[in-house]
Amino acid sequence: MITIRLNGADVKVEEGWTILEACKFYGIAIPTLCYNEGLSPYGGCRLCLVEIGEGHRAKLASSCTYPVEEGLAVHTDTKRVIETRKMMIELMLSISPNSKVIQDLASKFGVTKVRFKIRNEECILCGLCVRMCREQMDGKAIGFQKRGYKRKISTPFDIRSEECRLCGGCIYICPACQLRCQGPEADTAVCNACLTMDPTCLDHYDELQCWMYDAGRCGTCVREKIEKEKTVSSKS
Amino acid sequence: MRIADESGLKELKNSVLQERDSLRPCITICGGTGCHGYACEKVIAAVENEIERQNLKDKVSMRVTGCHGFCERGPIVVIYPEKVFYQRVAVDDVPEIISQTIINSKIIERLLYTDPNTGVKPVHEDDVPFYNRQKRIIFGNNGKIEPTNISDYIALDGYGALCKALFHMTPDQIIEEVNKSKLRGRGGAGFSTSKKWAITRASKKGMKFIICNCDEGDPGAYMDRSLMEGNPHLVLEGMIIGAYAIGAHEGYIYIRNEYPLAVRNVGIAIKQAEELGLLGKNILNSGFNFTITVHKAAGAFVCGEETALISSIEGKLDGPRPRPPFPAQKGLWGKPTNINNVETLANVPLIIERGADWYSKIGTEKSKGTKIFSLVGKVNNTGLVEVPMGMTLREVVFDIGGGIPKGKNFKAVQTGGPSGGCIPESLIDLPVDFERLTEVGSMMGSGGMIVMDENTCMVDVAKYFLGFLDDESCGKCVPCREGIEKMREILTNICKGEGEEGDIELLEEIALTVKETSLCGLGQTASNPVLTTIKYFRDEYEEHIRNKRCPAGVCLDLISYSIDAEKCNGCGACVRPCPTQAITGEKKKLHSLDQEKCIKCGACFETCKFDSIIIK
Repeated sequence: MITIRLNGADVKVEEGWTILEACKFYGIAIPTLCYNEGLSPYGGCRLCLVEIGEGHRAKLASSCTYPVEEGLAVHTDTKRVIETRKMMIELMLSISPNSKVIQDLASKFGVTKVRFKIRNEECILCGLCVRMCREQMDGKAIGFQKRGYKRKISTPFDIRSEECRLCGGCIYICPACQLRCQGPEADTAVCNACLTMDPTCLDHYDELQCWMYDAGRCGTCVREKIEKEKTVSSKS
Repeated sequence: MRIADESGLKELKNSVLQERDSLRPCITICGGTGCHGYACEKVIAAVENEIERQNLKDKVSMRVTGCHGFCERGPIVVIYPEKVFYQRVAVDDVPEIISQTIINSKIIERLLYTDPNTGVKPVHEDDVPFYNRQKRIIFGNNGKIEPTNISDYIALDGYGALCKALFHMTPDQIIEEVNKSKLRGRGGAGFSTSKKWAITRASKKGMKFIICNCDEGDPGAYMDRSLMEGNPHLVLEGMIIGAYAIGAHEGYIYIRNEYPLAVRNVGIAIKQAEELGLLGKNILNSGFNFTITVHKAAGAFVCGEETALISSIEGKLDGPRPRPPFPAQKGLWGKPTNINNVETLANVPLIIERGADWYSKIGTEKSKGTKIFSLVGKVNNTGLVEVPMGMTLREVVFDIGGGIPKGKNFKAVQTGGPSGGCIPESLIDLPVDFERLTEVGSMMGSGGMIVMDENTCMVDVAKYFLGFLDDESCGKCVPCREGIEKMREILTNICKGEGEEGDIELLEEIALTVKETSLCGLGQTASNPVLTTIKYFRDEYEEHIRNKRCPAGVCLDLISYSIDAEKCNGCGACVRPCPTQAITGEKKKLHSLDQEKCIKCGACFETCKFDSIIIK
């Protein structure tokens, strides 16, 4: 066991843990996107950034890849961290506005506008599917192609891969192409419906029925509500 | 014919020197990449033919050397032993050089270099102002040796440092000597070389690797390439010493396949060194084994980053990975790996041979030794310059570089490659070393130095470099892939005249985030061009956004060409170059320019000798 200074408190952690694992153990929530317990850490989405070190030498590091060291000072929610996380969400929203996972993150972190041109490419290149295929399904059917903004995920030569067993693992794990944001059809890239949520199920059952609550609420109630308002306003 | 030991190397050196008459004239012709651009191979063939024809084989020798550095004036011919310096030599000049200079010892005036500032015509290489202000401790031998001939290198005490290291020093002593010299990595970050070596040495026993990084990809920079082409044995020697110090027995040279001459020369050099027993099993019978494999890289800029380079050698695509673990702990194939830049390794033999005390006298307090810069852009003497650390930018650009062509004004210099920053004229007396450059928002990088004159638009410059980085980003992490793309979009809009209030602040916000959050060095430094141009040339951005004007007259959407009625004398020179026939007019009468047809290519501006084309 070694000691790290987590948000100002000295805590014991297992050697070999990452900062993210240590935070999880102590119940400190850190948003992640390209991270999954069953897969090797990737460090691509930069959402899990935390501040390490103290004073003017403090720097940002991805907690999913950074191993704990004796005496390491970690701050998980400084202004610097929150600001950069918001920028990451804004950047990701601009390429994948239909992803419910990212829309939920936007609502959670109060990202209410996107100041960039929308590319709407759906895929956010987090690489979860590639790692899922390779590490858990022993498939190696998909991988990255090209560089930079042209980067994409595909099979070799863009043709059906013989390695692929159609297991669907890639779709299962994808944060962008599986869960669609069901909120009102927003004019902008940001939905933010969750911020104005007023669950209709509460009126009917006196208890929240939302089965998607953990995944970030389904948002259908919001749509219902808005449609109701629309009909009301059109009648009057 | 292996060399048995230290004395064997000395004997070989003496026998090489004995065979050579130091007074016999020797024509050296630069065979570097720059001179190849001027078709030096034709000059080389012509000299060979002429020597043959005049039957001078016993009286004159000839050598095709590596890059001399003064690429602006190629093809370069230097005649030893006097070091007569001829530039811009053509095939037709060759018979005259042989008959006049070699046989009659007469100087051919017209081939000499003329200093544009003073009009002086120096005869000898050392008197040329471009050279005499430099300190060419590493690059100097490039012009003296034939890179494909190991004897040339050995004649200049080559592999002497290796002998000293192998037979008179322990690995720890070598690391200590390098530590005393305060040598810092020349690849960009400036990390202490000895510290890197010590960490790799301290890593647990077993396989270790040393890699020489020759993946130089900055636009306009070619010093590593020229070293590898011109003096590959120097790099090999440094690499073997490094391997001995850290305890590695296998090494890789990661070199761009786009550098065909460098790939060829280093391949020949490795073969020759192996034949002489300077490389391979049981080097000089010291019991130390070391082999080198050349890995040809596919030319991705990001692969200059250590972890991406390792992925590339392993045959993976993945690009950089987060550190720690550092390559010195867990690198190639999971083994401790030490990666050094070409120029860093080229410094090592010098430090071992002449000692750290001598070496650390050169340079500034924290940056020791010399640095090779590739001086390019709007400067009279384009080429590779090696200067001691701490020389001011003014000395490099004006004294060595000869100032700005056509008497234009200096505007800025961009150091450190595409992800370096632009340094304005107000900071021209800045001493060049790692700390100073970082303080002003730029960096040393691998040593690119791009000079810009008054006709350069700084917004356009930032856009250009971001375009390069956007194409070369691996795309793994969000801030680098998306952040650079967004910055490029905003800059493109500003250049098109579609910029809005608040764009500058948004640019700054993204730039700082990209700098703080990116995974590897590419993203962490990618904001420098944006941040420094905003810092030093904010008014230019504001002019683009508020008044939709490009003060430098570069951004096509914001400028228009017209003809000055007072200056135009109707010579008609501009009519022919215009690709769209936009300029019309009778001879000796005022010409007119049709704005509808004009595509703003600038051909008329270049041709007009009377400054009558106006850019607004």
